[in-house]
Amino acid sequence: MKVNRSIEEINEKIKTGKAVVFTAEEIIEVVEEKGLERAAAEVDVVTTGTFGPMCSSGVFLNVGHPTPRMKLNDAYLNSVPAYAGIAAVDLYLGATALPPSDPANRNYPGDFIYGGGHVIEDLVAGKAIRLEATAYGTDCYPLKKIDTSFRLAEINEATLFNPRNAYQNYNVAVNLGPKTIYTYMGVLKMNMGNANYSSAGQLSPLFNDPLLKTIGLGTRIFLGGGIGYVSWHGTQHNPSAARAENDTPLQPAATLALVGDLKQMEPRWLRGLSFLGYGATLQVGVGVPIPILNEEMMAYCAVRDEDLQAPVVDYNRAYPYKEGGELVRVSYAELKSGSITVKGQKVPTASLSSYAGAREIAAGLKEWIEAGRFTLTVPSAPLPSVEAGIKLNALPQRDPEDREVK
Amino acid sequence: MIKQKIVLRFPPHLVEKPTIYHLIKDYDLMVNILRADINPKKEGRLMMELSGSETNYQRALEWLRELGLHIMGLEQQIIWRAERCTHCGACTVICPTEALAFNRPEMTVSFDEYKCVVCELCLRACPARAMETLVDNANSK
Repeated sequence: MKVNRSIEEINEKIKTGKAVVFTAEEIIEVVEEKGLERAAAEVDVVTTGTFGPMCSSGVFLNVGHPTPRMKLNDAYLNSVPAYAGIAAVDLYLGATALPPSDPANRNYPGDFIYGGGHVIEDLVAGKAIRLEATAYGTDCYPLKKIDTSFRLAEINEATLFNPRNAYQNYNVAVNLGPKTIYTYMGVLKMNMGNANYSSAGQLSPLFNDPLLKTIGLGTRIFLGGGIGYVSWHGTQHNPSAARAENDTPLQPAATLALVGDLKQMEPRWLRGLSFLGYGATLQVGVGVPIPILNEEMMAYCAVRDEDLQAPVVDYNRAYPYKEGGELVRVSYAELKSGSITVKGQKVPTASLSSYAGAREIAAGLKEWIEAGRFTLTVPSAPLPSVEAGIKLNALPQRDPEDREVK
Repeated sequence: MIKQKIVLRFPPHLVEKPTIYHLIKDYDLMVNILRADINPKKEGRLMMELSGSETNYQRALEWLRELGLHIMGLEQQIIWRAERCTHCGACTVICPTEALAFNRPEMTVSFDEYKCVVCELCLRACPARAMETLVDNANSK
C-alpha cells in the first residue's frame, strides 16, 4: 500500500485545521471520482453516524448523600425502578425499565408510554427528576426513606454506560403470520404487510470498519450529542458472523459498549421511545470517526448501500421460536428504495433508525474535527474480531435433576 | 357543487339526535361518514365528507351551529409534532393513506393533513410519540 498514515499525523493536521474529512456518505462519490489511491492519499478521516433504538443502554448515577446518610435499597426515578445493588447512593437506570404500575401487555398491545429511556431523556434535558427510595438502615447509613427531586446538574455523576450499541448490521423483520404482531422491530402487519429494518447502512459506524481494524478500546466518539468512548466490545458481540467479500457481515455481528458523561450530552440525541406491545427504550445517537490509515481503510469506508446485505427474518415464528432462518437477503439500497421483494411479494419497507439523524451526526462529527475540537485516539487494545472465533451461546435450559448446583 | 371533509363535535344532549337524516332530507347533501365515536363523557365526534350545492352546504352548516354543534376541518384532528419526530419512518408503512410519507432522497418524514382520514393508527405506532390528537375520544388512551 502506498498510503501509510498514522493517527498522530492525522491529529497534527486536525490541530492545524488542515485535516480533510468527509462523511461516509460523501466519501462514496469522492472515491468514485478520484479512485481509491488518490482518495486515500488526500482524505484523513471519514465520519459515520447512526441514530436508532438501542435497548442495551443506561446510566450510572451518583445522586449524593442526603442528611443523614442513606444506603438506597429500593429506588425509583419518576416511578421507574433503578438498580441499587451497588454502593450506597449509586444507581443504574436501564433504558427498558418500567414503572411497577405500568400495565405492560396486560392491556395488549401495551403503550409503554414512560420508561427508563424517557427518564434519561428528561434527565439530560435538565428536568427535575423525582427520587423515591427506601432503605433498611444501618449504623453508618441511618436514613430509611426519601422522597425528593434533583436535576442533572445537582448530582455528582451521571455516566451513560451502554453495554450494547451500534449493531453491525441487523435483521429485516417481517410477519408471515395471519395477525398483526408488536415487536422491538415495530408494528409488523400480517402476511408481510411491511418490512422493518434498523441500520444506517453505508453511514453506520461498524459497516465502515467491518473487521474493527481502527475501532478499539478507548476510541473517542460522538455519543448522545457529546463525547464518549468505546469501553469494550458490546454484549452479544459476534464478529464470527458470515461475511461478504467486502468483509461486511451478512447478519447482525459486532457490537460496541459505549461510555460517556451524560452532563455534556443533548436530549436531541437521547430520546425515550415507546414500542407498542413491546416496551420502552432509548434512541441513541452514535458517530465514530474512521482514520484513513491506508487504501484498505479507504476501501472499507467507500462501501455503498448496494454492497451491504441484511437478512429478512420472520418475527412471527422464525425469530421468537428459532425456527428456520433467513427468508432472503436484501441490500440496504433496496431497503431504502421503499420496498423489497420477499417470496415474490412486494413488501413496503420502513426504518426504525433515523437515516436523517445518522446523516446529521456524521456531518456534526465532521464539523467538530474540521474545527479542531475533536481529535482521534489510538486504541489502547483491539476489540475481538474474526480471529477471536467467538461463538454465540444459547442459555442452557436444564431439568432440575440435571442441575449441578442446587 | 362543494365537497368538504368536516368533523362535528356533539355535546352530550345532542348525541342521540338524528342529525345526519336532516342533512340528507332537508339540505339535499351527500354524506359519506368516515368515522364516528362517542367518548365516556357522552360527547360525540363524527367525521364525514359532505357534498352538495354551495347554498345548501352553507345553510346546513348554519343549522348545525344553531343546534349547538362544534364544526372543525378534518385536517385539524391529528397533529404532527415535528420537533419530536426523529424521521425514522416507522409510521409510513402503518398510515393507510400516505398522509405520513417518506421523502427520498432526503430520508425524512412529512405529514399531509389533507390526506389524513384520522384512523389514528400512527398515534401508537410512532415510537417517539410525535403524533397527537387533541380530541378526547373513546378509542384514544
